[in-house]
Amino acid sequence: MSESTATPATSPGYVRPLPDYNDDVVRFCTVATVLWGLVGFLVGLIIALQLGFPALNLDLPWTSFGRLRPLHTSAVIFAFGGNALIATSFFVVQRTCRARLWGGHLPWFVAIGYQIFIVLAASGYVMGITEGREYAEPEWYTDIWLTIVWVAYLVVFLGTLIKREEPHIYVANWFYLAFIVTVAMLHIANNLSMPVSWTGTKSYSAFSGVQDALLQWWYGHNAVGFFLTAGFLGMMYYFVPKRAGRPVYSYRLSIVHFWSLIFLYIWAGPHHLHYTALPDWAQTLGMTFSIMLWMPSWGGMINGVMTLSGAWDKLRTDPVLRLMVVALAFYGMSTFEGPVMSIRAVNALSHYTDWTIGHVHSGALGWVGFISFGALYCLVPTLWGRRRLYSMQLVNWHFWTATIGIVLYMTSMWIAGIQQGLMWRAYDKLGFLQYTFIEAVAAMHPYYLIRALGGALYLLGALIMAYNLFMTTRGLERDEEAMDEAVPARPAPSPARA
Amino acid sequence: MPTKIEKDEISGQHTTGHEWDGIRELNTPMPRWWLYIFYACIAFSVVWWVLYPAWPLPGGFTSGVLGYSTRGEHIASLAAQQTARASQAVGLGDASPEEIESDPARLELAVAIGKSAFALNCAQCHGSGAQGFAGFPNLNDDVWLWGGTHQAIITTLQHGVRWTADPDTRISQMPAFGADAVLTPAQISDVADYVMSLRGTVGDADAMARGMAVFTENCVACHLEGGIGNTEVGAPRLASAVHLYGGERTDVIAQVTRPRHGVMPAWSSRLDPITIKSLAVYVHSLGGGQ
Repeated sequence: MSESTATPATSPGYVRPLPDYNDDVVRFCTVATVLWGLVGFLVGLIIALQLGFPALNLDLPWTSFGRLRPLHTSAVIFAFGGNALIATSFFVVQRTCRARLWGGHLPWFVAIGYQIFIVLAASGYVMGITEGREYAEPEWYTDIWLTIVWVAYLVVFLGTLIKREEPHIYVANWFYLAFIVTVAMLHIANNLSMPVSWTGTKSYSAFSGVQDALLQWWYGHNAVGFFLTAGFLGMMYYFVPKRAGRPVYSYRLSIVHFWSLIFLYIWAGPHHLHYTALPDWAQTLGMTFSIMLWMPSWGGMINGVMTLSGAWDKLRTDPVLRLMVVALAFYGMSTFEGPVMSIRAVNALSHYTDWTIGHVHSGALGWVGFISFGALYCLVPTLWGRRRLYSMQLVNWHFWTATIGIVLYMTSMWIAGIQQGLMWRAYDKLGFLQYTFIEAVAAMHPYYLIRALGGALYLLGALIMAYNLFMTTRGLERDEEAMDEAVPARPAPSPARA
Repeated sequence: MPTKIEKDEISGQHTTGHEWDGIRELNTPMPRWWLYIFYACIAFSVVWWVLYPAWPLPGGFTSGVLGYSTRGEHIASLAAQQTARASQAVGLGDASPEEIESDPARLELAVAIGKSAFALNCAQCHGSGAQGFAGFPNLNDDVWLWGGTHQAIITTLQHGVRWTADPDTRISQMPAFGADAVLTPAQISDVADYVMSLRGTVGDADAMARGMAVFTENCVACHLEGGIGNTEVGAPRLASAVHLYGGERTDVIAQVTRPRHGVMPAWSSRLDPITIKSLAVYVHSLGGGQ
């Protein structure tokens, strides 16, 4: 490849011409990430309040919980998360390959086509058009459009990797590629269906019964595994070392945890179908593969957190880095909780309760949200050519409001879920069910209010972020104290490992 | 290759010599604890595969040395529950509802069975507190359509109301006085005034007098003199603060014009006699039993 150089690439004297990166499309998806995020969080807050106060369903079909719930999940996973992944993957793959995005206008087709997918899906939900498959609700016409857009995404990403100037493919790109390829496979397999007519919106799945259920949860679990885990690990592997200014902790760990994660995740889906018509052997396999997945998941957390060795002091002065490290902590927590909940005996209590909702949100709000916020705070000043963010104090405020929001959300849902599970299985001393279902519903009211408060704080934090980022794009810098001035002289960085 | 392996001063580890946009990687070995827990999880899984049904085979699957199945677990727990209940319920089979009510131990058991069965089978229409809804009777009060004695409640439970699949079902049918033009709208208006007066709402005296005449002619046969109702034929009490289809004058007019008739299933084909008896004891105990 290029000539060997005695000057390290990090030294100030080093000059190697950079390619003309396509950052317009990254800017577009960055803005989309923030806007869709606000929409998704707001709808989440609305449906949380609907559970506490059913009158907020307004007795209208379009505003009922059943239609707004997929709007919320799709808005946060696919609109917010998906745009964050497209924006960062396009940003990261160019810089770690030293190559402009391949494909001419194709990246723009991906970016705009993806927004069209979001609008098609969301409008369908509100009008009651749904396949009724969790996280795969869009009907066949939207599915076909997404398939076209997604293949274009894969082609752009692969094209850029192929024409890279760097000899090796950086670990972040392995994860992004695994995410793009696997999501294509999952999406196509789970949505194999036959439209009732070419002019109607309704279609029927090619599968039925327990096969259909298994396929759906093979999809559903790997949407978590490859969309919300692998993709965001790719994000983490670029922005954490970049922000910390430290080398990635362990190359070997990244190889082993990448391949073990990819291999094991794909088999874990059956744990969503414990105690159902799914054959027992498939349930056991789903559970054991989930347990084996624990350490491969934690490999990413270790690699991210330990990358801060020698830079721990930055946590105090850089709330952006703090966001990303807390994201890794939530990632570690929810990837421990997941295997625990996959154990059949635990699942017997947790399944169908709000514990599951709490688990999902510790991953979604904590891991996916925080790592994306961290990436956005890194991206925006770079993309808009600004020296720094408008305000680090506001990042700090975002960090604390959102963190308190998550803690309220998770703890209330844990308590709610365990209480629900125990109430459903409670027998009186004569051997009869102690509670009716509606009594368990009524008992949830206070927890639903606490959850909504947590969601409101999280939304407030995101609004603070949107304001901060908007002011940053305008080139403004808030006149404020630096984050490290209020504390005494920082101690010398301690060696992290003996 | 632009590789330059360096030693990282802070960690003491060497880099891999690669660099991407300023990011380098250390060649730190994998943490031992991480690796050992990973191995332990794999070992745990292998043990689990030996113990439980796990791997598909042509024409079947490895069934596991414990002989476990979720279906077996379910059947065993159901059987255990049923055995326990059957042994407890022995004392209920031969006892009359009245005998059950006078024996605290039996009463406690019957109420537990009845409450549980009610939550499962009855709460959908009558409400989880048996408070009823418009069109579905409240079971807490002492106003009964078909009688509130133990035996009357048992009969209603066994055979249902207007449940045509059961030949002994309870049937009452009020004529559609308005829809079938038996009465004129003016007469219906008058009789509504009279019925409202039975509930203490005094309206126009002439209208009430005319309505009373209409009532005597058309309604007394079932609802009896003064609208006190007749549980023998399922005719609701009208001189009451409790109304199945609403207590407003317009509700009375609607019911006289085109009556609605609720349906209740016959439960004898679904619930065993002890459960039905217990349900009757439970409903009777809610406060309105006669």
